[in-house]
Amino acid sequence: MYPTDYRYTKEHEWIKTEGAVGTIGITDYAQAELGDVVFVELPKVGAKMKAGQSFGTVESVKAVSEIFSPISGEVIETNPALSDAPEKINSDPHGAAWLVKMRLADPSEISGLMDAATYQAYIAEKAREHSA
Amino acid sequence: MRYLPKSPSERREMLEAIGAASVDQLFQSVPEKFRLREPLPLPGPLSEVEIIQYFQARAAENARGYTSFLGAGVYSHLRSVVTDALVQRGEFLTSYTPYQAEFAQGTLTAIFEFQTLMCQLTGQEVANASMYDGSTALTEAVLMAERLTSRHHVLIACSVHPEYRQVLATYAKNLGLTIEEIGYSSSGQVDRAALTPEKLAATAAVIVQSPNFFGVLEELPALAESAHAHGALLVTTITEAVSLGIVRPPAEADIVAMEGQALGVPPSFGGPYVGVIATREKFVRQMPGRLAGQTTDAAGRRGFVLTLATREQHIRREKATSNICTNEALYALVATIHLCLLGKEGLREMAAQNLSKARFALAELEKIPGVRRVFSGPTFNEFTLEFQRSVKLINAALLREKIVGPFALGTKYPELTKRALVCVTETIPRAEIERFAAAVRRILETPV
Amino acid sequence: MNPKATETELAADTNVTASRHVSRNEGLIFEKSASGKRGMEIPPLDVPAVDPATALGRDFLRDSIEGFPEVSEIEVIRHFTRISSWNYAIDLGMYPLGSCTMKYNPRVNEFVARLDGLGTEHPQQPAEASQGCLRILDDLQKCLLAITGMDAATLQPAAGAQGELTGLLMIRAYLESQGNPRKKVLIPDSAHGTNPASVVIAGYEVQNIKSNERGQIDTDHLREFVSGDVAALMLTNPSTLGVFEERIAEIAAILHQRGALVYMDGANMNALAGITRPGDFGVDVMHLNLHKTFSTPHGGGGPGAGPVMVKKILEPFLPVPVVVRKENGQYALDQNRPQAIGRVRAYCGNFGVLLRALAYTLAYGPGIRQATEDAVVNANYIRKHLEDSFDLPYNLPSMHEVVFSDARQKKHGVHTMDIAKRLIDYGFHPYTTAFPLIVPGAMMIEPTESESKEECDLFISAMRAIAEEAESNPELVKTAPHSTRVGRLDEVAAARKPILRWKP
Repeated sequence: MYPTDYRYTKEHEWIKTEGAVGTIGITDYAQAELGDVVFVELPKVGAKMKAGQSFGTVESVKAVSEIFSPISGEVIETNPALSDAPEKINSDPHGAAWLVKMRLADPSEISGLMDAATYQAYIAEKAREHSA
Repeated sequence: MRYLPKSPSERREMLEAIGAASVDQLFQSVPEKFRLREPLPLPGPLSEVEIIQYFQARAAENARGYTSFLGAGVYSHLRSVVTDALVQRGEFLTSYTPYQAEFAQGTLTAIFEFQTLMCQLTGQEVANASMYDGSTALTEAVLMAERLTSRHHVLIACSVHPEYRQVLATYAKNLGLTIEEIGYSSSGQVDRAALTPEKLAATAAVIVQSPNFFGVLEELPALAESAHAHGALLVTTITEAVSLGIVRPPAEADIVAMEGQALGVPPSFGGPYVGVIATREKFVRQMPGRLAGQTTDAAGRRGFVLTLATREQHIRREKATSNICTNEALYALVATIHLCLLGKEGLREMAAQNLSKARFALAELEKIPGVRRVFSGPTFNEFTLEFQRSVKLINAALLREKIVGPFALGTKYPELTKRALVCVTETIPRAEIERFAAAVRRILETPV
Repeated sequence: MNPKATETELAADTNVTASRHVSRNEGLIFEKSASGKRGMEIPPLDVPAVDPATALGRDFLRDSIEGFPEVSEIEVIRHFTRISSWNYAIDLGMYPLGSCTMKYNPRVNEFVARLDGLGTEHPQQPAEASQGCLRILDDLQKCLLAITGMDAATLQPAAGAQGELTGLLMIRAYLESQGNPRKKVLIPDSAHGTNPASVVIAGYEVQNIKSNERGQIDTDHLREFVSGDVAALMLTNPSTLGVFEERIAEIAAILHQRGALVYMDGANMNALAGITRPGDFGVDVMHLNLHKTFSTPHGGGGPGAGPVMVKKILEPFLPVPVVVRKENGQYALDQNRPQAIGRVRAYCGNFGVLLRALAYTLAYGPGIRQATEDAVVNANYIRKHLEDSFDLPYNLPSMHEVVFSDARQKKHGVHTMDIAKRLIDYGFHPYTTAFPLIVPGAMMIEPTESESKEECDLFISAMRAIAEEAESNPELVKTAPHSTRVGRLDEVAAARKPILRWKP
């Protein structure tokens, strides 16, 4: 379910790095919590982000979720498919519904993020808290 | 008490079922020292007829039956009794906000019709379900322009309604938005020369009213062009919506903030009225206020729901586009019904009558020695006149003849003393216009 | 609707919409429009007609309004009467909506609002010709001050949210006059969404404070949060759980010791009128919702009015104009107030709404306490009879409203929204779902004093039946409502591809 070559944040973003470029999206857990996605607000190309900074929102009918940048860097591309088909986030959150691509300012930040196993344990714990 | 559907024995039964010895027990959580021991010193209780007598007595203390030449943002127009017959139906009057759409399709259908009518009137692509009034609609439109351009400065014509400008200033003060006023030319229109490229390039919006507070129509296409050339938006406010029956709609404006009172809502000493924001589709997510959208149910039946609610306070809380919650839904319904009754031809005819009556009154008044028209620009149903005497004194004398005189512009514009804004709508019979002109002539001939 | 379906097939469809009844199939008014029809005539012009093209010039003229309706009077009456039948309303039955106070809207209020000489008055007409209107405002003010125990009022705000903003702007102005406006406003996590939204527009930062395990203000730790940066605490009392903040005196003292102020959201005043006065328990500024506590009609979403009541220290900052009675007995609008925060709307307020609220207050007089008592009895009666069927997250004394949760029904996959939709099939409007935020799966119920014992009993048996259905037949609940003209509507499609107007 959760690709092992991705890294994950506590705010339910994922990042896949290829060299100095990271592709970022939100996880399956996040899209399930949100429900049917109706709208996505993304930053402009060229925007500079710090790790943890909010760079956009994903909206369902009843809620708005902020998206936080997992790393520091510059936005070099945003996914053009999402303005017409935001529902891709529900159907393919880890693949076709990537949100942005960023150039990493500091590749060492990646090591501070969770791997797939740690993330799965983290969301399992969250699920236990909710049903308690 | 007639509004309370309980008999004393039912109250006892219910207390028993709850397990409370007395109703006081149910208020134990209020600290003893704060519990009132005496009934409140309030007037009443009054029976229904006594209530009616109280208010009839108050009605007699106003200007009942007077002929009024006041406009200045609030207009008396003909309205049909059909409107009140429909809005007094309990299903409209006593219904809640349509959050539970399946149980509120009446309200939602009417809102969708209102939004459509507002688009048709203003030439814009989307309109919301109402704001409190024109003044707050304008304020919200300006904040919207700020969000859209990320510029924190606006240029506003001082011929925009003075109270609207005051409201904007009150809101803007704490939001880091600076407001610069632009004067008017001899035509009464906004001084285009003062809208320099430097100013426009730094501003989020140019804000004008049309017809403006002096009754003069602004040249909106040219203003839009200037604003857009420098990355600014054109925000227009309209206080006399009936003008849209014959006057070109503000299609070039980016955001229209309209007061809908003229569309069948009584003057009612200042409210409730109905504001509306209409704009381009691409700005819809920055729009405040409720929106009704069309959709279907599982069986494919058409229905309407409140939509794009993530803009609003109940979801977005501190990041909402506005704090507005309760708006003016029943008065949006009043405007909707009124416009459906008037229809395309009726609104046009009403507007044309306003124009004719105002021009007639102007001609009559200009015959009086010492009275002259101020401002050369085109007007709809209001125009500005200069008198040789204080307008307040003239109006005091007119009041004795059961005429409410025109608005004294000097009260809001210190440079415009002895000028008055005369409004004539289709409701004023010719004989009353003539009586008004004769009275003014007589008053001016009488030495002070 | 399948026009070829037989009557038997139609009758078998449990959803009433499938019928051929004209009231069920009413379209939009634009769809009935045809050129040449008119619903309203105007008396003929009695002055020379002016040609708009000549008078204004072609550049200022419009073409005819495309798509504008052209219908007759009877069609307007039928259209709006038919669609009105798709609405629920207080006149039909209970709205158990928490913190909305959906009480009876007295008809005499509608009658007096329309009297010639009241609805007809222009807000700018001279004061000497408006004494009746001004006295209505002053009389209302006096009543509201007596009920709340405060010192001065503004009747300008058009709704509760606008009242909140006005109150916050006054707090800012007051603190500025003391030398430091400060930066933050404390808001409990149980607050209504307008509270934080209003704080931001007033130029303050929101600081959310967590409610304690009783769903109340965490008084034990409050002192830590009240730094020198805090301008005010914004609280609702009773809280949105329907519970009175018993330690309110202590809470107010903590704020006041630090030179900060207490704002009370008066949405729940229906639990307090005639019983206690916010001015007595430490509130510095508050708003009232006249369309809640004071019976003015909700009208499908407004108008409302949100007058703000203040203590003396805030009086200089009231927005202009203020309604006053001069020494000679004449009423006036005082515009000369140098420390006023400005103006929050044109003219002096939603006069038509204010007038109705006065009519309501006059009907009760000092007997208003009875209404409050009945409201609290009704809420407690309902609570008592539903405690066995639904989970009660906070076992504290309820005032005029009670909050349950869907915890028990969730086990069967049935959530608060489903139960709410099923309630529609029993002829009741849903309660407030999913609010306050501190109760997951909340069911917030406020009957108001307008409900008889019989109506309360009907509501109770409906809710009990649904609790039963949640166990025995959850699908029935999850797919409700079944008896309305349309079923659950696709809100996702409405938000993804918004259609916000009719097009030809």
